[in-house]
Amino acid sequence: MQALTNRSQGVSRKPMSFMERLYIPAILKGMAITFSHIFKKKPTIRYPEQKRPFSPVFRGLHVLNRDEEGRERCTACGLCAVACPAEAITMEAAERLPNEEHLYREEKYAAKYEINMLRCIFCGLCEEACPKDAIYLSETFAPANYTRKGFVYGKEELLIPDPKTNPEGYAAAKGSK
Amino acid sequence: MTLLAFDWALLIEKLVLIAVIVFGSLGIALYTTFAERKVAAVLQDRPGPNRAGPFGLLQPFADGLKLMMKEEIIPNTSNKVLFILGPGLAMTAALMTCAVIPWSSHVELFDRKIELQIADINIGILYVFGVVSMGVYGIMIGGWASNNKFSLMAALRGASQAISYELAMGLALIAVLMLSGSLSLKAIVGEQMADGNYWNIVYQPLGFLIFFVCALAECNRTPFDLPEAENELNFGYHQEYSSMKLGFYLFAEYVNMIMSSAVMACLYFGGYDIPFLDESTLAPNVAALLGIGALLTKIVIFIFIFMWIRWTIPRFRYDQLMNLGWKTMIPLALANMLITGALILWKTGV
Repeated sequence: MQALTNRSQGVSRKPMSFMERLYIPAILKGMAITFSHIFKKKPTIRYPEQKRPFSPVFRGLHVLNRDEEGRERCTACGLCAVACPAEAITMEAAERLPNEEHLYREEKYAAKYEINMLRCIFCGLCEEACPKDAIYLSETFAPANYTRKGFVYGKEELLIPDPKTNPEGYAAAKGSK
Repeated sequence: MTLLAFDWALLIEKLVLIAVIVFGSLGIALYTTFAERKVAAVLQDRPGPNRAGPFGLLQPFADGLKLMMKEEIIPNTSNKVLFILGPGLAMTAALMTCAVIPWSSHVELFDRKIELQIADINIGILYVFGVVSMGVYGIMIGGWASNNKFSLMAALRGASQAISYELAMGLALIAVLMLSGSLSLKAIVGEQMADGNYWNIVYQPLGFLIFFVCALAECNRTPFDLPEAENELNFGYHQEYSSMKLGFYLFAEYVNMIMSSAVMACLYFGGYDIPFLDESTLAPNVAALLGIGALLTKIVIFIFIFMWIRWTIPRFRYDQLMNLGWKTMIPLALANMLITGALILWKTGV
């Protein structure tokens, strides 16, 4: 049979020499290798204190965005829910009342907006579908939870902090996007 | 009233000594489990347990608490008496060894000369071997009483391994006994401390190697941990055990490690002897304390080597284990014994 690469090596069927049959030199060699690892740098990242930086294209937890004046961008058009291949998004629309202009950007808004994080596959299609730049995927991932219910994120969990009242939180949640 | 004319101070002295040594060894064993995890981690480029307390130093207590809180399961089909007896026997046998180990010379307290050894019996090393063979019963009974075929297989392996390697160990030991002319561990240590004598490792390098390999096998440590070979026997002879009974088995292994390290230090590395220092020039109490430190240092080094080997070498196959024991170790030990005997005869010129 013709070899595909020149990397293959034949197995040596030679009987072991006396030195090899002693085992001790080989064992000492192995022990020297493990001992040298004591002084090697440890690649561990001590997680809660240290975090590995995410790539800018990382798709983590969803964020419902606000505009510069702190108004919710979402108009509950439902395009994200349609785009979602995992059918993780549900919403209920409501009409903006005359005294709510400072809360919602358009006349229609999402009264209820839920993403089931157990269904979500973090594909980012909702982000692409959104015509209002209202939803995007951040650089954090869903924390552990004790119940299935806890993984259904509502508006309280998803909405980004208001840039006027809580600029630091807004910047932190917005990340580098 | 002759019965009351007993040296009560001696009794109290020995009881205190026993308590200190037993709890001391348990404490060291506790931290040996921690050291095992740390050494494993460091050799594998990991930080190891570091969450419980500073540097993870409280980890052994967390582990112990976890074991205590676990559900105690006794299988329906097991032999209950033997099932409970097994771990107790393993632990007892492991701890009993410490009775004859000379931890240091003597201290002088309250006008009394207190030997830092529980019992200096003149057949000390034979006693050690007797007790160590009792440890096999812990494994055998545990594996048998579990009524589980894997446990039984592991117990059989453990027993046959221990018996095979005890032979070579004993033969290696005979050479040491020929050198020192005594079975008492204190006398063997004293012989190595005497002027003009070196440690037995100088006279018995091959004997030490055989003894060391056999000690690994006796403690069921890698590369001879066949009784608990996870990939063939699930978890070995303690598979059906849970909670603190399992803890006792695991703990007994570490106590065994400490005791065999101590025995090796006494037999081949001068026990509580400090190299290049004449202890007789020091005050007896200072010498005794330094001696304890020296012995503990040697034990720690041995334990580290045990762990270092564990995280380096893979396990032997069972036929390789038996071949090594019967076809290599025993002939080597016999040859070592014969050569030592011949050399002693030639030197004394009889």
